[in-house]
Amino acid sequence: MSFLDLKNVTKIYPNGTKAVHETSLSIDEGEFMVFVGPSGCGKSTLLRMVAGLEDITEGDINLDGKLMNEVDPSERDVAMVFQNYALYPHMNVYNNLAYGLKNRGIDKETIEQKVNDAAKLLQISDYLQRKPSMLSGGQRQRVAMGRAIVRNPKIFLFDEPLSNLDAKLRIQMRLEIKKLQQKVGVTSIFVTHDQVEAMTLADRLAVINNGIIEQLGTPIEIYDNPKSLFVAGFIGSPQMNFLDGNLKNKTLSAEGFEIKDINSDFEGEVTLGIRPEHLSQSENGLISLRVELVEQLGSDNLVYGQLKNKKDFCYRCPGNQTIEKGSNLSLNIDNNKYYIFDKSTGKRVN
Amino acid sequence: MKIKPLQIIAHIILILGVLLMVVPIWISFASSSHDSVTILTEGMKFHIGDQLARNYNEVLNEKGGWSEEVTAAKMFINSFIMALGIATLKVAISAMSAYALVYYRFKLAVPIFWLIFITLLVPLEVRIFPSYKIVSDLGLTNSYTGLILPLVASATATFFFRQFYKTIPDELLESAKLDGANGWSFFIDFLVPLSKTMIAAMFIFMFVYGYSQYLWPLIMTTAEEYWTVVMGMKIIYTESYEGVALPRTAERFAYIILSMIPPVLVVVFLQKWFIKGLIQTEK
Repeated sequence: MSFLDLKNVTKIYPNGTKAVHETSLSIDEGEFMVFVGPSGCGKSTLLRMVAGLEDITEGDINLDGKLMNEVDPSERDVAMVFQNYALYPHMNVYNNLAYGLKNRGIDKETIEQKVNDAAKLLQISDYLQRKPSMLSGGQRQRVAMGRAIVRNPKIFLFDEPLSNLDAKLRIQMRLEIKKLQQKVGVTSIFVTHDQVEAMTLADRLAVINNGIIEQLGTPIEIYDNPKSLFVAGFIGSPQMNFLDGNLKNKTLSAEGFEIKDINSDFEGEVTLGIRPEHLSQSENGLISLRVELVEQLGSDNLVYGQLKNKKDFCYRCPGNQTIEKGSNLSLNIDNNKYYIFDKSTGKRVN
Repeated sequence: MKIKPLQIIAHIILILGVLLMVVPIWISFASSSHDSVTILTEGMKFHIGDQLARNYNEVLNEKGGWSEEVTAAKMFINSFIMALGIATLKVAISAMSAYALVYYRFKLAVPIFWLIFITLLVPLEVRIFPSYKIVSDLGLTNSYTGLILPLVASATATFFFRQFYKTIPDELLESAKLDGANGWSFFIDFLVPLSKTMIAAMFIFMFVYGYSQYLWPLIMTTAEEYWTVVMGMKIIYTESYEGVALPRTAERFAYIILSMIPPVLVVVFLQKWFIKGLIQTEK
C-alpha cells in the first residue's frame, strides 16, 4: 500500500450532484501530485475529502496505513493552503503559525523554535509581528505555507493557492513552492485549473473531468500521449488544433488532406488533433493556413488563421521567422505527431 | 479656502443637533446647583449657582423611600449591577446562540432563528404577568437574579451576531479545524476576537437598555434595597411630608445628572474599542 490511497472514492452532495465518481489513486511518500481540470470538475472536492472537510459518500481513503474516512480533520495530520489563504486576520504572523502547534499542546520553546525555523525558510522572519492585513499578496502566501510547514504534517494540500496572485508573482511563487517541496520532501497534492502550473509543479499529474480522472501520469507522458480528446485539449498551450475527419482502411481523410498508413484499425468518424508546435512550414504541405493574426512572444510566434474550410487553426513557429498577416502558409505535421480520437467517445484510437 | 454654502448649511444643522442634545443636560446641571426655592420661583437656570456641593451631597447620602432605607448611591449601584448583568449575559448568550445557528447545521436552525426573531414582537411589557409569575414562583423577587434573568435573552443581538458570523469566510473555520481547533476554541479564539467591536457595540446598547428598565424592577422589587435609579427618579423625591413640603426640584436635577454617569462611563470606556474597530480593518 502506498502512502496515500484513494479507493473508489465517490462524493454525492445532498442535492444529488455527483461531484466525484469512484476515483482510485495512489500517491507515494514525497510525491508532488497535481489535480488539474476545469472549474467544477470535482478536483477541489477530492482534495477536501482528503483533508476531511467533506464527507466521503463511498469508498476509502487511507493515509500512512490508516483508514481516514471517519477521522476528524484536526486528527488527520494534514495541512492545507487555501485559495484565499484563510489567514487568521486577528492574529499576527507568529500566532498564525503557532496556533496549530498550541492546539497540539506543544511547549512554548519548541513552538518558538519551529515558528522561527519555518519563518527563516520562507523569509518571513521580519514580518512575524505583523497582522495579515499589513502584508502583500506574496507575503500572505508565504505565511499560509508557513502555517502548513510548521506543523510538519504528513501531507500538504494546496487548493489553487496561486490564483489570487498577479502573473509575475504567480510564476515566482510556483518556483518557490516546488523548491520548498523538494527541500522539505513532504507529500503534496496541488489543485489547479492552470495547466502550466500543473505541468511545471507535478511529479505526477491527474487530469480530472466531470468527477473522473481522465488520465494519470507524469506531465510529459500526458503531453506526449494524451489518452482522450479532453486531456489533449486541456494540456498544452496554445490549445491543440482539432479537425474533423474520417478513418477508413488506415487512411484518414480530414478536411482537404489525407494521411495514409495510420496505425489503427478504427473505422468511422474521428477527430484529428495536432499541436501548434508540431507543425513546420514546407512546400506542398498537407495543411494550408491563411494567416489572420500573429502574436510575437519573442522566443516564439503564435500564428492564428483559418484553413480553407474557415476552421480556426494555430501554428507555433520560432520567433525569428517573419510571417506576414494575410499570407498563406503551407504546413506539414512533424514526425507523425498527430493524435486521432474517436469522435463519439473521445477516446484515442491511434 | 472658499466655504461653500452647502457646508454652512450642513454645519448649522450639525450645531443645532448638538445644541438639542447638550442644552437639556446643561440646564439640568445648572439647575442642580441652585436651591429648590429659586427654581420653583424663577424657573430653570442656565448658570451655575452656589448650592452644587450641598445638593449632590444630600442626594448621594440622604436616605429615602417610604421606610427611609435606601440612598441614591445604593440605587445607582443596583442599577449598575442590573445593567451590567443584563448586558454581559445578553451579549454572551446572543453570541453563543448565533454561533450555534450559523455553524451547527441542524435541520431546525432556520425555524428556530425565526422563532427567536419573533420574540422581538413580544417585549417584556407584553409578557410581564407570566414573567412575574415565573420569577415569583422561583422565589426570585427582591434579588439581583430576579432583576437580571428574565431580560438576558436578546433577539436583536442574536440577529446582529448571526449576520456578522455569516460574513466570516468558511475557509477560516476549515483552516482552524485543520489546525486542531474544536467547536469551543473556534468560538473563543476566532469569533470572539473578530467580533469584539460588535461585542462592544452590543454591550453599550444592552447596558443602556438594562439601565433604563423601569417597569420590571418596579414590579419585581418590594424591598427598597433593590430599587433602581429609574424607579428612584419617580419615587424618591415625590413624597411630600404631611402635604406641606415643597417639591425638591434642585435635588431631582442633581439626581438626574448623577444617574447619567454610569452609562456615560461605559460608553467612554468602550469607545476605545469602537474606534479601534473603525480604523483597523481586520478582514
